[in-house]
Amino acid sequence: MLVIFRFVLFSSLIFLCSCLLAAERKVVLLATTTSIQDSGLLDKLVLLFEERSGYLLKAVVVGSGQALALGRKGEVDVLISHSPEEEKSFVDSGYGRRRPFAYNYYLLVGPKEDPCSIYKAKNAEQALKRIAEGKCPFFSRGDNSGTHLVEKKLWKKIGIDPVKEKWYQETGQGMAATLKIALEKKGYTLCDSATYCRVRGFSGFESSHIVDRRLRNIYSVIEVNPQKFKWVNEKGANEFSKFLFSDEVGALLWKLGKEKCSFPFFIPYERWK
Amino acid sequence: MEIVLEGIKKAFFLLFSLDEEIVGITLFSIKISGIATIISVFIGIIIGFFLALFHFPGRQILVALLNTGMGAPPVVVGLVICLFFWRNGPFGFLGMLYTPYAMIIAQALIATPIVAGISLAAIQNIPEKLKKQIMALGVTKIQLAFFLLREAKLSILAASMAGFGGVISEVGASMMVGGNIKGYTRVLTTAIVLETNKGNFEVALALGFILFLLTFAINQALTAIQQRESKNRW
Repeated sequence: MLVIFRFVLFSSLIFLCSCLLAAERKVVLLATTTSIQDSGLLDKLVLLFEERSGYLLKAVVVGSGQALALGRKGEVDVLISHSPEEEKSFVDSGYGRRRPFAYNYYLLVGPKEDPCSIYKAKNAEQALKRIAEGKCPFFSRGDNSGTHLVEKKLWKKIGIDPVKEKWYQETGQGMAATLKIALEKKGYTLCDSATYCRVRGFSGFESSHIVDRRLRNIYSVIEVNPQKFKWVNEKGANEFSKFLFSDEVGALLWKLGKEKCSFPFFIPYERWK
Repeated sequence: MEIVLEGIKKAFFLLFSLDEEIVGITLFSIKISGIATIISVFIGIIIGFFLALFHFPGRQILVALLNTGMGAPPVVVGLVICLFFWRNGPFGFLGMLYTPYAMIIAQALIATPIVAGISLAAIQNIPEKLKKQIMALGVTKIQLAFFLLREAKLSILAASMAGFGGVISEVGASMMVGGNIKGYTRVLTTAIVLETNKGNFEVALALGFILFLLTFAINQALTAIQQRESKNRW
């Protein structure tokens, strides 16, 4: 009996000590979005950054909204998101500083047959109007992600509220899943070019798309303000942010996706400026 | 339906090619859930025994709470643990969030009520006459406890399997407190969610199949022990 008791005490002490030791290593906590992960970019960035800097980069993947919410509480040191309006209000409230580092385009994607004739439309607004008039099925993310917010702004611009309409459906899921659903049900959706290019190959459905070059999907890196939260790893966050603008990452961004698409998944921002 | 066949094909391919990442994730899943189950069995049996042998005012409420705990949503357990281990939380300074340790704690908390509840029922199931006979021989409470433990061996094994099954298959808490970080806190269940979200349904199914095989193998071993014991008694 005493032996068992002593064993338990000893092993719990070991457990506790190793827990405490776990906190000693140099850790950078990054919150980022599913598109960065799903495209394969995140894994490459983590590998490169850990090699270069010696930090342990813990990347937690959540939606843009949640990433910013975590930033507002100082739960992470740095974030990558793609929701420029929300990010701007984040910065204006003093929670961090932001620097756009890459972008791609939002596309209106749908079946090859094009029941609502959107592929010849002049711009995104006209395409959406045609979808509403023709009552073609449209699938929305419905999750307040960056993509969803852009979509909502477009509907607002043309003065249509599709939420109660039968042809408008909200999946509440990630981009790849939403795209697959849309293509399977022969409907339209707003999708970022990286996900579309990745998924259309193995979705098994013939699809087409239209791009409105004004609809840019801009990815920014945000360092959380260390003055608001004293526990934030300021050095680590800064080093990661600088790392994203290095030549190595630039070359990586130019290459990623090139085999499948005519342009990379994430175009370095400097190119546009 | 071809997608299911594709998934099974992919599972065999991944298993036999010993894909490094999959092997790593599988072993890690066993490690985390295994340690959590061992902890929960230890604590759960003690709680089960205590509630079975000692009667005190308020005991019934505790038992009701325990039985409720068996069905507690794992994701809520994960959320509560997050509240403690977030940087803003009371234990934030430990930096335990997004570590395997946090996952073990979460899974142990999920499994313990299951083990405790079933152990409690198992011990209460032992005929009262038997208990009285043993106590008439003049044993201490501790000796009685060990005797009852041997008597209830079959049910205790079942409780352990239930506890293990509960945590190896849970995804909510593991996702929240672990963060599904590649090579660090990714387990089979969280990997399945990831692949599903990416749209890689065949890979997701393959991982699900591997998880099933794994759970089956472990339960097969425990069941063999359990049924062998059962043969000895009849």
